[in-house]
Amino acid sequence: MMKLKVLLFFFILIVISKVCIAQVKLLSLDQLEKRIEQGKDTVYIVNFWATWCGPCVKELPNFEKLNAEYKNQPIKVILMSADFKSKLEKVVIPFVRKMGLKSEVYLLNEQSEQDYINRISEKWSGSLPATLVINTKKKTRNFYEQEFSYQELEKVYLTNK
Amino acid sequence: MKSSHISSLKSYILLLLFVAITGIVSAQTGYKVGDIAVDFKLKNVDGKLVSMADYTDAKGFFVVFTCNHCPYAKAYESRIMDLNTKYASKGYPVLAISPNDPIAVPEDNFENMTKRAKEKKYAFPYMLDDTQNITRAYGAKATPHVYLLKKSPNGLVVEYIGAIDNDTENINANKIKYAEDAVNALLSGKTPTVTQTKAIGCSIKWKNAE
Repeated sequence: MMKLKVLLFFFILIVISKVCIAQVKLLSLDQLEKRIEQGKDTVYIVNFWATWCGPCVKELPNFEKLNAEYKNQPIKVILMSADFKSKLEKVVIPFVRKMGLKSEVYLLNEQSEQDYINRISEKWSGSLPATLVINTKKKTRNFYEQEFSYQELEKVYLTNK
Repeated sequence: MKSSHISSLKSYILLLLFVAITGIVSAQTGYKVGDIAVDFKLKNVDGKLVSMADYTDAKGFFVVFTCNHCPYAKAYESRIMDLNTKYASKGYPVLAISPNDPIAVPEDNFENMTKRAKEKKYAFPYMLDDTQNITRAYGAKATPHVYLLKKSPNGLVVEYIGAIDNDTENINANKIKYAEDAVNALLSGKTPTVTQTKAIGCSIKWKNAE
């Protein structure tokens, strides 16, 4: 009986920790800008992706690796999902949980696609994946509409450092 | 004498290369508003070849690059059908073209296109651009991608390129219906105010490419 209780306790703990890890909130572009302004890091790598986008899913581990490799440096990876808002609970959160994503994940909360695309970058055609790299100290914003290998991504970080 | 031959041959090759490269670049860019669009002869899901020239009574067309598999195309499917319902009778029918390589995306192959068109009772042609030449000529970037064309004495003039509206998820009551606004302008003898927007959706799956 005691054993069962202990097991149950651990089971609940695991469930809770999984739920906590896989928290995905809606975030508008204003909120994203604020998150970056108020953050402690210098370089923000904001990757725009979606669960249904093959090349995006393929490159996600590279962003995770970058975040982990440079965790002692002022760099932060933010994964902005462009999935439909209606898919948050049923698709995006289970996906984040399944992939075990450790980076900050948000779902883009905007009304007009045409407006947000141009706000992120005039250069952006709107296709995914796309990545915005912001350096808050140097006040630079560089935009990349492409898929990254880990080496390419690391190079992007080092050039924007 | 010989060497001058060689150098002229060299410059000829360089010129050819230059033409080839610039040709590729312009082919990738596709149409701009005001350009004349090329007609096509593509196989429809009913097995027949369809051209814009077949539509002698039309004033123009919504050429829509769309496909089966893409979540954005799916989200817009009923709105593409509505465009045809609303505007075919006014002279602007929808012509849907699937641009994707069926090997890369089996869900977009001809058989599955036929199935989808039947299931949803498409009242417009749904054609496969099996060479991808039309997609390349138009410069479609994503699915769905709309080209509104108007017949003129010079040919089919591109009047609007881009998205159907600014709200794929269809939850914003105040969405801007770019494609409808553009055709309404044409129908009332005006030029569209917004002639170009970004086509948001799934990238075109090209043959022999990643």
